[in-house]
Amino acid sequence: MTDVSGPAIESGGAADADALAVRRATRDGIAVGVATAAYGVSFGALAVAAGLDVWQTCVLSLLMFTGGSQFALVGVIAAGGIAAGPSAILSAGLLGARNSLYGIRMKPLLAGGFWHRVAEAWLTIDESTAVATAGTTPRSRSRGFWVTGVAVYIGWNLTTLLGALLGDALGDVSAYGLDAAAGAAFLGLLWPRLTKLQPVVVAIAAAVVATVLTPWLTPGLPVLCAAAVGIVVGIVNRPRAAAEVRPVPIDGPQPPEHPADAAGSRAGEEAS
Amino acid sequence: MTLWQVVILASILCLALKLAGYLVPASVLRRPVTARTAELVTVSLLAALIAVQTLGSGQQIVLDARIPALGVAAILFALRVPFVVVVLVAAVVAAGIRALT
Repeated sequence: MTDVSGPAIESGGAADADALAVRRATRDGIAVGVATAAYGVSFGALAVAAGLDVWQTCVLSLLMFTGGSQFALVGVIAAGGIAAGPSAILSAGLLGARNSLYGIRMKPLLAGGFWHRVAEAWLTIDESTAVATAGTTPRSRSRGFWVTGVAVYIGWNLTTLLGALLGDALGDVSAYGLDAAAGAAFLGLLWPRLTKLQPVVVAIAAAVVATVLTPWLTPGLPVLCAAAVGIVVGIVNRPRAAAEVRPVPIDGPQPPEHPADAAGSRAGEEAS
Repeated sequence: MTLWQVVILASILCLALKLAGYLVPASVLRRPVTARTAELVTVSLLAALIAVQTLGSGQQIVLDARIPALGVAAILFALRVPFVVVVLVAAVVAAGIRALT
């Protein structure tokens, strides 16, 4: 804290502001990492309840590392078993597609080089993008991305293992209500995205489509058909102000007073 | 298809999508229609998963303790209760109803 209270000479002011921004990005990143780690437990438990073993659950968090897609894969397997495998893969991929858009936004803010790019892509999720784009200086954006990405990666993987071991120990899951927890988890991921009328209408339509098709199609396919609702509305229905994808933390909503909440909205403003 | 194949294939697909953002020329993916559609696909997939998780049982629609549990979850999310707490309460509500009926 001492360097901030130093003499505010003209040339030193910018350096102080930069140092302050870097510190804020670091603090935000760690806070987001801790918040995210807390619900890695629910992913781990639900994955084991869906029939994955502890190793498969951990590989998902280590390799895939994007919460929405991981929950989707596990949810479709829980509904349809191994027969729904192709649908599970496609659902995870469709939910992971927004990470491509985050990558485009992050690329100019981060260092190049092949291995750097691979690591950056690996850590590109809602949270790291949100904290990075909220940064006010180039150094704080880069710092925000890396601290958030690494903090979430470590926390998410540790708590996934914890949740998987817990779920394994619990045994018969439906008696404990874990199947109801899955719906609640998806609702928590959806909630921060329902900011306007259009996503609310699309969400209701998609839920109706999936429900109506459930008796007619093999498990997994109704969810994919419902995704078509989003595709059709996205292409056909043009809102007046062009909407940019905001890094709403799908990998887990933050508590209201959390810095990343503000980060998300600030990122949105910056983009528009 | 084994569960391991599903896990590995889906993980590679998601990682490839992340890398694509850094490797594919931005002009291809930057159009507003792409961004809007990606957001709405996310919303519709999550909503569909909620519906299937809450109402589906294989290929049947079953109305049971999961519905009130989801209702409680919605109220708690509206009150900005943290994610983990809501998921836990939803599980407890469903388990409680099943124990009593």
